Amino acid sequence: MIIDINFIGLIIASIMASAVPLILASCGELITERSGVLNLGVEGMMIIGAISGFALMTVTGSLIIAIFGAMLAGVLISTIFAFLTQTLITNHVATGLALTIFGIGISAMIGKNFVGIPGKEFPVLFQGLKDTIPLLGPILFGHSIVFYFAFALPFITSYFLKKTKIGLIVRAVGDSPESASNQGINVRLVRYACILYGGAMSGLAGAYLSMIYTPQWIENMTGGRGWIALALVVFSTWNPIKILIGAMIFGGLTIIQFHMQAIGVRIPVQFLTALPYIVTIIVLVVISRDSRKIRLSTPSSLGKSFHKDN
Amino acid sequence: MHKFLIRSFVSSLVLLFTLTVAAVAKDVKAAFVYIGPTGDHGWTYQHDVGRKAVEAAGFETTYVEGVPESADAERVLRQLANSGHDIIFTTSFGYMNPTNKVAKEFPNVKFEHATGYKREHPNVSTYAARFYEGRTILGTIAGTMTKSNVIGYVASFPIPEVIRGINSFTLAAQKVNPNIKTKIVWAFTWYDPGKEAEAAKALIDQGADVIAQHTDSTAIVQMAEKAGVYAFGQASDMDKFAPKAVLTSVENNWGPYYVDRVKAVANGTWNQKDTWHGIGDGMVVISGLDSQMPSDLQAKVKKLQADLASGKVHSFTGPIYDQKGNLMVAEGKTADDGMLAGMMTYVKGVEGDIPK
Repeated sequence: MIIDINFIGLIIASIMASAVPLILASCGELITERSGVLNLGVEGMMIIGAISGFALMTVTGSLIIAIFGAMLAGVLISTIFAFLTQTLITNHVATGLALTIFGIGISAMIGKNFVGIPGKEFPVLFQGLKDTIPLLGPILFGHSIVFYFAFALPFITSYFLKKTKIGLIVRAVGDSPESASNQGINVRLVRYACILYGGAMSGLAGAYLSMIYTPQWIENMTGGRGWIALALVVFSTWNPIKILIGAMIFGGLTIIQFHMQAIGVRIPVQFLTALPYIVTIIVLVVISRDSRKIRLSTPSSLGKSFHKDN
Repeated sequence: MHKFLIRSFVSSLVLLFTLTVAAVAKDVKAAFVYIGPTGDHGWTYQHDVGRKAVEAAGFETTYVEGVPESADAERVLRQLANSGHDIIFTTSFGYMNPTNKVAKEFPNVKFEHATGYKREHPNVSTYAARFYEGRTILGTIAGTMTKSNVIGYVASFPIPEVIRGINSFTLAAQKVNPNIKTKIVWAFTWYDPGKEAEAAKALIDQGADVIAQHTDSTAIVQMAEKAGVYAFGQASDMDKFAPKAVLTSVENNWGPYYVDRVKAVANGTWNQKDTWHGIGDGMVVISGLDSQMPSDLQAKVKKLQADLASGKVHSFTGPIYDQKGNLMVAEGKTADDGMLAGMMTYVKGVEGDIPK
C-alpha cells in the first residue's frame, strides 16, 4: 500500500463525514440535557428525521424542503416528548425510551413506500478547490453544507452556553429550576424550547444519513447512532468541544479498523470492531477526569421533573 | 309441503357441498415468518417479493416480520399454525429448531424452512439457493474488469454461506486473472448502510477498483459510484442505485418456488423435499449485464451462465487447495453438497484468516 499525503487526507475526510450525524445529534441533546431534561429518544428522533427527509426529497424533489422538513419532523416528535414530560410530568427515562420505539415503528410504516428508491445527489461546496492543496484539500473542500454546519456547531454551542444570556438561562434551568423559577424564568417554556431544539438537530442528523451520507431509505438505518450520540454527551461531561473530539475518535476508529482489516493486520476482527466503543469511552473519561469540572458542568437537576408548585 | 321441504333441504345440502369444495380448493392459506423488516431491500425484502407472487397466484398470505430466532419464533409459529394456515415458510437459518418442534405438534400443517438441513418430521421441507453460482459469475467479471488487480469484498458474518461465496468468487477471479488479490473486510452486520459505506470506502482508498459485497444494503454500490469504481448488486437488481458502478446483480428469486409449493398443497401433492436450486432452476438470477463490459466478456459470462445452469460447469471443480495447500477437491472432481454446506475454510489465494 502506498501511503501518500492525499491518502491520509482522504481518510481524515471520511472520518469527518462519519462523525457528522453524531456531532449534530449530540450537540442537540446537550442543550436539552443542559436544561435538565434527559431525552433518551435521540435514536427515534433521528430515524424520523431520516425517513421524513428522504420522503420529502422523493415527493417534492426539493432538497431544501426535505432538510427543513426533516428538522421540523424532529421538532414535532419531540413536542410529544415535551408535552408528556413537561406538561403531564411523566418520567423522562420511560418517555424517552417510548419515543425511540415509537420513532422506529412509525418510520418503518411511512417508509414502506420508499424502499428501493435511489436518493438524489446532494450538492457539495468548493468541489473545484479539492485538488489545489495537498492533504488539506480533500479535508476542507467538497462537502455538503450540513457537513460545514456540523463542524461549526460545537463552537457555536459552546459560545451560546458560556457567553450569551439565553445560554445562562438554559444552564440555570438545568441546575436549579426552583431558583430559576423564583427569578421569574418560565422553566417549562425554556425546557420546551430546548427539547424542540434537540429534536430539530436529531432530525437533521437523520436526514444527513438518508440524504447525504448513504442516500436511500431502509428500516433502522440509523443503526444505533442515536445511542452513541447520547453516550457522547455524558462521557464528554456536557462539553461540546469534547463531543467533537469523541465523535472524531469514534468515527475514526470505525474507519481505521476497516483499513487495518484490508491491509491484513492480524488482530481478531471482533476486537477491531469493538475498538471504537472502548477507546472513545477511555479517551473521554481520561480527558474529563477533573471532578470539580464535572460537578460544574453536570446539570444538577438532569432527568428530574419540575413542578411549579413545589 | 313435505316434498318442498325435502327438496330445499337436499338442494341446500348440494349448495353447501359445492361451496365447501370450492372453499377447500381455493382456501389454502400461506404464512411467512421473516427475520428482518420487509423494508430492508435485501434478504427479507426478496422473500416478500416471493410472497407477493403467491398472492398474485390467487392464494391468501400472511406474514410476520422481525421475528427473533428464539422462543418467540415458536410462539409465532404456533399462533400461525393455530389460525388456519396450511403452509408456513420460515425464512431464516435460526428458525430450524423451532420449525421442527412446532411441526411435530401440527402434523397437518406443512412447514418449509429456508437454508436449514433438519427435516425431523414428514411435514417439514427445506430449501435454499446456490448463490455461490452467482458469485462464480461475479468473480469472472471482477477478475477481467480490474485494472489495479485489487478486488475489495465486504463480508458480513463468518458462516458457511459467506465463506462459500468468497471462495467461489475468488476461484473464478483467479481463473481469468491469476494476479488478483481479494481484500476482505468484515462489517459484522447484514445491513447498516453507514458502516457498509465506510467499509467500501476503506477498500477503495486502498486501491480496490472492483467491490463485491455480502451485506444487504445499497450503500456499497452508491459509494462505488461516487468513487468511480465497479460493484455488484446483492439480492436484488441495484442498477438504478449506481448505474455506472453496477456491472450486474445476483438476485434471489423465491417466487416460483413459493407458488409451486403452495399450489402443491392446494392439489394435495405436497411432499417432503430438500431443495437447493441455482441458476438452472431460476432461483438465482443474474441481472442484465452492463454495457461497459467488453462484448467478449459478455459472451463469456452468458456461456458460463448457461453452463452453470446445465451443470456442465460447477463452481467448485478440482483441483482446489486450501490456504495451507492441502487438497480440498481432487482434480476432475466437484465439491459435494455436504462439503459446500459446511464450508468453513478459505481456498488458496484468499488472504487473511476467517474470524473465529
